[in-house]
Amino acid sequence: MAGVQVANVSRSFGAHKALDDVSIDFADGGFYALLGPSGSGKTTLLRQIAGFDFPDTGRIAIGGESVERVPVEKRRIGMVFQNYALFPNMSVADNVAFGLSVRGEPKATIATEVQRALDLVQLGKLGGRKPHQLSGGQRQRVALARAIVTKPRVLLLDEPLGALDKALRVDMQIELKRIQREIGITTIFVTHDQEEALTMSDRIGILRDGRLVQEGPPEEIYDRPQSEFAATFLGDANIFRGDATGSGIKLPDGTTIKASTGASVPAGTKASCAVRPERIQISTGAGMPDAGGANVLKGKVSKRIFAGNNSTYFVDRDGQTLKVIVQNTGAERLAEGQPVVLNWSPDSTVLIAG
Amino acid sequence: MATTRILEWLGRFYIVLLLAFLYLPIIIMAAMSFNASPFYQLPFEWTTDWYQSLWQNDQLIAATWNSIEIAVITTLISTVLGSMASLALYRYEFRGKRLLQALLFPPIAIPWLITGTAMLIFFFGVGIGRGLIAILLGHVALALPYVIVVVSARLQTFAPELEEAARSLGANQWQVTMRVTLPWIMPGVIAGGLFAFAVSFDQFVVSYFLSTPGQTTLPVEIYAAIRKGFTPEINAVSTIIIAVSMALMLLTARFFKFGGEK
Repeated sequence: MAGVQVANVSRSFGAHKALDDVSIDFADGGFYALLGPSGSGKTTLLRQIAGFDFPDTGRIAIGGESVERVPVEKRRIGMVFQNYALFPNMSVADNVAFGLSVRGEPKATIATEVQRALDLVQLGKLGGRKPHQLSGGQRQRVALARAIVTKPRVLLLDEPLGALDKALRVDMQIELKRIQREIGITTIFVTHDQEEALTMSDRIGILRDGRLVQEGPPEEIYDRPQSEFAATFLGDANIFRGDATGSGIKLPDGTTIKASTGASVPAGTKASCAVRPERIQISTGAGMPDAGGANVLKGKVSKRIFAGNNSTYFVDRDGQTLKVIVQNTGAERLAEGQPVVLNWSPDSTVLIAG
Repeated sequence: MATTRILEWLGRFYIVLLLAFLYLPIIIMAAMSFNASPFYQLPFEWTTDWYQSLWQNDQLIAATWNSIEIAVITTLISTVLGSMASLALYRYEFRGKRLLQALLFPPIAIPWLITGTAMLIFFFGVGIGRGLIAILLGHVALALPYVIVVVSARLQTFAPELEEAARSLGANQWQVTMRVTLPWIMPGVIAGGLFAFAVSFDQFVVSYFLSTPGQTTLPVEIYAAIRKGFTPEINAVSTIIIAVSMALMLLTARFFKFGGEK
């Protein structure tokens, strides 16, 4: 078990900068998600940590030991691949035994450890099967058992749930988290699924075009995104762009939006504000108490999508479409075409430097 | 309905014709090896004389052993070298890789007559001359491209993540190759080996150029014998070879499920 330090790592393939000066500290025993769109460099970073590829510049340390020039087979890591990469010619038990066997462990030790690992992933009875006789979820578990049976210092997962259907994916998320807690292994998890990153990880690193955009606990990134990209990639956000006033921004039409979280931006420079759709209250405006310090905007419902537990309203306002999510509390629903008033607190408004 | 029937019969007829075309000459030859008349005269009169006299034909037996030895050694050398070359071409990117791959195909297309002439001139030039060593070298050179093509085709179906997974579990290059890659490409290696064996064992043209009297292979010896005067001993030896090679092929097909494997 060990933490992983990535310091100023850059890697180019020809003219393409796949990683550009990335530094992240992965704490010992933590569950870390690397999140980003395809081509953001998240898989490249994982491959640098695994040792399949070496950085052009920068340092990588596992448990305090520099490994940036150590090949993968000597790094003592465990890895789960997107398509599981189970050895088709071996049984489930032999797949799991592989890492211990190439190390020359005694047969009796191997048999005990393999059984323990298979029990941990709840496949204790399927050791004799061949990979092609298993379902997708079972293959996933075998791949996980194979990766952890060697007691690696760090567990690397490359979009491990990408090939599973939705219901199974949720089951596996819970299962994966349980196993990770049980053995307490430092885990780095690459995904492009923001929901997966939010629900599973202690910390998230968002990557874009080879650079680390923002890094921190899920709540912090969600509540205080530092860029429009972070705000819209992790969750939904309404973005307003204008000039900073010191306590918010002034939109081109003169409306001011007050913001009390986020960066401090000097007045007069370009800035934007992000508001989560579920933080906005929507009403017809009748009988509304004085807004006080709240942000208030008028608009018109252009579309409503009912999703059972909530409804999403699309509200047109001066050429911009805003998204509002309202929980299904039994209150009166608003019709499409109806003029509405939106209000939300400056505390829910994040100021982002332009 | 009636047309389907007719088509079905036509199909069967076609298959019978095809099999006859492939096997009739061989069957007649095998039958004649048991016929008493050395001039293919009927009526058929059963005898095993030709097999007995074959047993006393030292030249033919020596040539047969030469052929088997050369074919086996050719198979071993070209299968090992060819599989290693395929793995290298699969794993590594290097300057001139495309050119090298392109250069592997022409030897398959160049007529053996020309290859044989070139080899004869070359082997004389470098002092190897003619004989069994020259024949062996020639056969390995002929068989190698076949092995590389067949093994490379099999490698195309191999998932590179499997090697990465093995390495992430601590396996060194040798362990990765022996325990993960080789088991997967084995059907290709076996098929390549069979090709190599066939190229060598069937080889007449190149062997003919590189033979000396006494240092020759079975096909060349058979050709020489036919030129001297035809004897049904040739039928006998051919029948034995056909029986053995068909048995080998059927066994291999059974064990390695060519084409039928997922």
